[in-house]
Amino acid sequence: MLTLRLYFAQRLTAIIMAPLTLGHLVVMIYAVQDGLSVAEILARTRGSVTWFLFYGSFVLAVAVHAAIGLRVIISEWLGVRGVMLSFFSWAVLVLLLFLGGRAVWMVTLAGGLQ
Amino acid sequence: MVDTETFLDVSIWRDQGGDGHFETYQVPRLANQTILDVVSWVQQHIDPTLSYRFACRVGMCGSCAMMVNGEPRWTCRTHVKKVVVEDCLEIAPLRNLPVIKDLVVDMDPFFDKWVAANAVFEPSRTRDDPMAPITPDDPMRIVADGAIECINCAVCYAACDVVAANPEYLGPAALNRSWSLVNDSRDAGQAQRLHAVSAGGGCHNCHSQQSCAKFCPNELNPTLSISGLKRATLKSLLRWDR
Ligand code: SF4
Ligand code: SF4
Ligand code: FES
Repeated sequence: MLTLRLYFAQRLTAIIMAPLTLGHLVVMIYAVQDGLSVAEILARTRGSVTWFLFYGSFVLAVAVHAAIGLRVIISEWLGVRGVMLSFFSWAVLVLLLFLGGRAVWMVTLAGGLQ
Repeated sequence: MVDTETFLDVSIWRDQGGDGHFETYQVPRLANQTILDVVSWVQQHIDPTLSYRFACRVGMCGSCAMMVNGEPRWTCRTHVKKVVVEDCLEIAPLRNLPVIKDLVVDMDPFFDKWVAANAVFEPSRTRDDPMAPITPDDPMRIVADGAIECINCAVCYAACDVVAANPEYLGPAALNRSWSLVNDSRDAGQAQRLHAVSAGGGCHNCHSQQSCAKFCPNELNPTLSISGLKRATLKSLLRWDR
């Protein structure tokens, strides 16, 4: 149920996520130095195209990576195959894109550019 | 020297058309006894209807594989003392293949997957052409060497959890054979082969946890071969090799 293309997409998104995860951790450690508040986070992210692109690509990579990973797990553990398996994979992709995309949009560009 | 007065408690899977169950037999323990000796003793002294397969008895033909105490083994070359647990043995047909009778499994699905993986030589010359010279130090030949000594015993296939979870998966032996052919410079079927191992049941489903390599009686490493196929297919997708 993993074809060459799915395998490639999963490896590629892993490569994309690795530096983004490191960046996310570094910023987190830096950001909590003076305590963590909503105002502080939003002050950094609101209107920022950079953070929109940073977390936007993160969400894209996570959605693809997780959809393929869960596809393997539910196929191997629950025996789901064929159309149901494709439906499940696409549903996970769309759900993660929607939830993640909405969150990124709200904390970055929803209020317009600065 | 093992005491000939001691006995082994041997549970053997008996199955005639779907009524599968273990039956227990007492078998005298002998020095240097193999699992195949134990099975043969039961067939010769207790129940002549017990069915099992073997041919060469020297680890060449690959026909005698069975599950012994839950692990796949070539039974003609597996000494009882290596696998026995408190004088008990449990002998069952190979995992991941349909049982025909008792310890005999249907190997068709196993070999069908060799064909599906294009693990068959496609000649690039005819018998009228001169022999293609391949020297022992040819780099491709050296890679192929690592995969070539397979006896088609299906021990790796029985050890593979991905085969158990995904009936489409081509499995370690077929993919290992494909990899040895990918490294055969005389072969003319490379594009179709890479295509065949890239489909839904192909090499990309392998989890690389090496059960196959752990149990292969010839100490081959199908996981390594499969990682070679993953690289080769990825290269052909990205056209690195063109
Ligand atoms: S390494 Fe791959 S082929 Fe070998 S047992 Fe694991 S999943 Fe199967
Ligand atoms: S790779 Fe090893 S375990 Fe698998 S069929 Fe060949 S010899 Fe047997
Ligand atoms: S009987 Fe031939 S390999 Fe065991």
